[in-house]
Amino acid sequence: METLLNDFSPGLFAMQIVILLILLFLMKKFAWKPILNSLEERETGIEEALEAAENARKEMQNLTADNERLAKEARAERDAMMKDARDIRDKMISEAKEDAKEVTTKLIENAQASIQQEKQAALAELKKNVAELSIGIAESVIKKELSSKEDQLALVEGILKEVELN
Amino acid sequence: MKIAKKSIKFLTIALVALFSATIFASDLDKKQDNHKDGGEVNTQEEVTAYIQHHLKDSHDFTFFSYTSSEGERKHFGFSLPVILWSSEGLVTFMSSEFHHNDDGHVIVEKNGLKFAKIHSKIYELDNGAATVSFDETHHATNAHKTLDFSITKSVVGILFAAFLMLLWFSKLAKQYKTRKVPKGFGRVLEPLVIYVRDEIARPNIGEKKYKKFMGFLLTVFFFIWILNLLGLTPLGFNVTGQIAVTVALAMFTMVIYLFSGSKDFWAHTLWMPGVPVILRPILAIIELAGFILIKPFSLLVRLFANITAGHFVVMSLIALMVTMKEAFGPVASTGMSLALALFIMVIEILVAFLQAFIFTMLSSLFIGMAVEEHEHH
Repeated sequence: METLLNDFSPGLFAMQIVILLILLFLMKKFAWKPILNSLEERETGIEEALEAAENARKEMQNLTADNERLAKEARAERDAMMKDARDIRDKMISEAKEDAKEVTTKLIENAQASIQQEKQAALAELKKNVAELSIGIAESVIKKELSSKEDQLALVEGILKEVELN
Repeated sequence: MKIAKKSIKFLTIALVALFSATIFASDLDKKQDNHKDGGEVNTQEEVTAYIQHHLKDSHDFTFFSYTSSEGERKHFGFSLPVILWSSEGLVTFMSSEFHHNDDGHVIVEKNGLKFAKIHSKIYELDNGAATVSFDETHHATNAHKTLDFSITKSVVGILFAAFLMLLWFSKLAKQYKTRKVPKGFGRVLEPLVIYVRDEIARPNIGEKKYKKFMGFLLTVFFFIWILNLLGLTPLGFNVTGQIAVTVALAMFTMVIYLFSGSKDFWAHTLWMPGVPVILRPILAIIELAGFILIKPFSLLVRLFANITAGHFVVMSLIALMVTMKEAFGPVASTGMSLALALFIMVIEILVAFLQAFIFTMLSSLFIGMAVEEHEHH
């Protein structure tokens, strides 16, 4: 301990303190501050770049996912539209068919009805003509009753011919 | 940049020119040398003395010395300025005036005062004394130490480390202006800065507050590491093995954590909650002693002791080739010393980093303790 104390040089101690103080000041100003600042700057730069790359990657992923989703949606929409079109077409066809059927049945019905009507009218006419004819014949027969039998026959025959002409 | 490079080159040339003028000035030191610095180091005592001398701070910067064929002791290096605050005020002269004498035999007279250098310390002789007289424990009886602000070898080392740090790191800082990733030597330094920030400061101080202390932690880390490594070079620095330097470093840490202590820290230190009231003053004393004395002391002693021991071991192992020559012969002793010294040297390189790391780590740990805010209130 005594030799330690004896070896302790106050002058060297003072020199060391002064030089170290100056060195500390100079190093801080001209070396450590710029070095540490640029190191930090570089590190934050690297960190930011990594982050940006990660973000870009994520965005890219999102984009592709979006694209896929959009394509899927478009496809689904197209499918739906096509299905709708097919449905509409089918419906239109079936409707048209039904309409046509209805129209035809109606037409047929109408035709039948008119045929029936015509038939009725024709029958009525016929009946009327027959009646008139019968009455005419009867009239003539009655008119010629008193003449000869041949006359009567000839008359009937004549009338019948007339009828045929009608 | 070009201008900076040129000016650095110019500075180097100027420095070399300045010192080369003084390099051979020491050739004049002839017979003033005493027996202790007489060149050859042969016995165990001489080895120990040599190592002790190295571990101390020095007023000269000597790369190596040798004895010429004429028996003259020659030193290759340069002298450094001596700056003293004596009883008569400021005194300055070059250390070459002591002629490498280290036991008080060479007296330098300046401003009417007499100075002598004894074991790397400069003493001012009392009034009327012409030579230094010693008592039986080899303490000077008629001289006293002066406040010594000399540019010693350690101060040169500190300045050199500071210069290297400023050069390297300001260059690295400049690189970031033009590029995101540094190149060249900056690429080596950058991970170290990040290491200190992410492995030392952040986990110990906390994400919120670590930024304020980064300047100190980084400076101290690189300062200690560079000086530890410089100590392993043949330049022979032993800066982080100077107790004054480690005391100063530990005091910086202490002042920083005491002055940035949170309210919680002081509450827990001085009046520990959740403890019987009678115990609280005792705990306060223990805690205060821990933060003001024990923690800084552990910091400063750990660094000082590790580096000193490292230098001691490396030098002792190198000295094996001298001390073991008698027993094993020159080849075996040299080989053994080389192998062992190389092995320890590798470990010392690790220790150089480790001690810088531990000092910074513990500093940030103590700062972390002081700035911590508890949530259980």
